[in-house]
Amino acid sequence: MSGPTELPPAIDVSNLRKVYGSGHTEIVAIRDATLQINRGEVVGLFGPSGSGKSTLLTAMALINPPTSGHIVIGGQPVMDGPRAMVDARSFRRQNIGFVFQKPNLIPFLTALENVQVALEINDTPAKKARERALELLEYLSVHPRADNLPVALSGGEQQRVAVARALANNPSLILADEPTASLDGALGRQVMELFTKVAHERHAGVLVVTHDARTLDVFDRILDVEDGRIQIRANHKTQ
Amino acid sequence: MNLAIRDIRHNAGRFVFTTVGIGMLLMLVMGMGGIYRGLIFEATLLVDRVGADLWVVQGSTRGPFAEISRLPANLEDRVRAVPGVAQARRFVSHTIQREHLGRPLRMVVQGLAWPDDRGEWVPLLAGRPLRQAHYEMIADQSLRLPLGEKIKLGKDVYEVVGLTRGLVGTSGDGLTFFTASDALAIQFDVPGEAMRLERAARRARVEAMDLGRLQPLLLDRAAGLSSGIPALAAPQVSAILVTLQPGANEAAVRDILRTWPDITVYSTQEQKDLLLAGMVDKARRQLGLFRGLLIMISTIIIALIIYTLTLDKIRDIALLKLIGARNTVIGGLILQQALFMGVFGFGLAWWMGLYLFPHFPRLVLIANADLISLGLIVIVISTLASFLGIWKALTIEPNTVLAV
Ligand SMILES: Nc1ncnc2c1ncn2[C@@H]1O[C@H](COP(=O)(O)OP(=O)(O)OP(=O)(O)O)[C@@H](O)[C@H]1O
Ligand SMILES: [Mg+2]
Repeated sequence: MSGPTELPPAIDVSNLRKVYGSGHTEIVAIRDATLQINRGEVVGLFGPSGSGKSTLLTAMALINPPTSGHIVIGGQPVMDGPRAMVDARSFRRQNIGFVFQKPNLIPFLTALENVQVALEINDTPAKKARERALELLEYLSVHPRADNLPVALSGGEQQRVAVARALANNPSLILADEPTASLDGALGRQVMELFTKVAHERHAGVLVVTHDARTLDVFDRILDVEDGRIQIRANHKTQ
Repeated sequence: MNLAIRDIRHNAGRFVFTTVGIGMLLMLVMGMGGIYRGLIFEATLLVDRVGADLWVVQGSTRGPFAEISRLPANLEDRVRAVPGVAQARRFVSHTIQREHLGRPLRMVVQGLAWPDDRGEWVPLLAGRPLRQAHYEMIADQSLRLPLGEKIKLGKDVYEVVGLTRGLVGTSGDGLTFFTASDALAIQFDVPGEAMRLERAARRARVEAMDLGRLQPLLLDRAAGLSSGIPALAAPQVSAILVTLQPGANEAAVRDILRTWPDITVYSTQEQKDLLLAGMVDKARRQLGLFRGLLIMISTIIIALIIYTLTLDKIRDIALLKLIGARNTVIGGLILQQALFMGVFGFGLAWWMGLYLFPHFPRLVLIANADLISLGLIVIVISTLASFLGIWKALTIEPNTVLAV
């Protein structure tokens, strides 16, 4: 029996602290955050603007080093305070799918190529990468715009391409910063269901920042961030 | 998927524009090399074409090209008598600047040893070699004298009967071929006005002297001596060209000639070396330095262009890093763009040169070896130039440039 619970947690964050600036401009964006996301679990992260959600996500994705604390991903220690214990870039490429708060697509590549490039830099042959990219775009219903440059796409279309890019390499950890912000209800729901599907089928751990109360029911757990502190919300499905 | 090409396609206009700029710069580098090759080619062209085995010139001079050489014309007959000599021709060469149809006409007057040499060896573009002992000439195209044109040089009128291409002297002036006696007549022509001035000057000189005042009859004498003006020396030639008999011993011939006073003997190769060492060497170094400078400037300019292109792409590069692209992917993107720019610029330079260089007043000779070496240089400088951009790209901290 090898259930998802027997695998090491997708991510384990302990006593994370992030301080921006110094002196009188010092801002403590995260104070002592500790959380764990298991594989196969979809977790929602809620909190007011400026509460430190993006900071937490980028720290977990090895993009933005924390001031102190530890991060262990898939059983492997990756951050010890501000010090990376693995090659951040190759680790990210192989294990983490990240959806930025802004779509952040590469402007000189088409929608399809933006997804394809993520696969190719992870050594997927060009032809296979193309097929898989198209498949993902189809699933997210943006395939009719596959050959358009990002400037020609709407905000929601760009966001779906970004989601496709994050899922391209079958990551074991998916971190998404408001991926449904510019999507309408049905599409937003579709994206969330895709995350759930990936979490359940591929045993990925998923953490999604959102303000959208309509998607509450897809989450296995909900975390609330308030002023850099994390609280676990109890029984959100029965509320 | 090639990121470099996709980025270029996205910014095609700017890429084309900068590549044209680089192409023009490389065309200058190419042209400098071509001018140098042309210089050497033109300088040694005549020596090569004349096809002499030995050049006999005035004693202890390096004539007739590097400096003036004067020999009595009858030396020709004495040289011909030396055992082993098949043929000896007089060679007359001097540069004149006259006026024709209101524009200055600068040309090298070349005397052919008529009737042995009618200029059959001169590569003709149109017309024919000389057919009579006087009043005919072969001219280089660069002088812009059409076939049949009649030109007054000195007291006589000469007709252009043949045209050549690319035959110029060491300073780029077009060559003209006359019979040796015509060439001498042109060289030593003293116009009537010059004679009258000379006479008047003499008269004035005599008048100014006590002798002239005491014996006024002397004045008439000074004025009357028109034929006695010692301006015309005995015919003199610049060199004697020696052709050896087949199988003749060159050293033996030289040994005999060496015993003659007042002459110096050069082989064709020595004659070429004299030309290149003396006249072309400075130009060569000058052009070489310019070429070096231009190559350095090109490197710096390509480096700056690549650097600014990289700065423009900083967000995209940061993004590539965020999705986990290796440094080789990012460095490759920049290096490839630098190489594309260099290689396309080089192709453009070559292509533009093809149309532009023939219109230059002097020969621009683009040798294949030079093209290959410049091509390699372009690859090297493009690579070097990309380092600055690559360094910048690799030091980007993605989270500081990108809102995430
Ligand atoms: N690079 C930075 N330098 C200084 N302060 C920063 C930086 N990034 C974020 N902050 C500050 O840290 C705090 C947390 O910011 P963060 O972006 O994590 O909030 P957030 O929860 O994602 O907000 P939102 O919902 O608006 O996206 C804010 O007070 C913000 O001003
Ligand atoms: Mg945020």
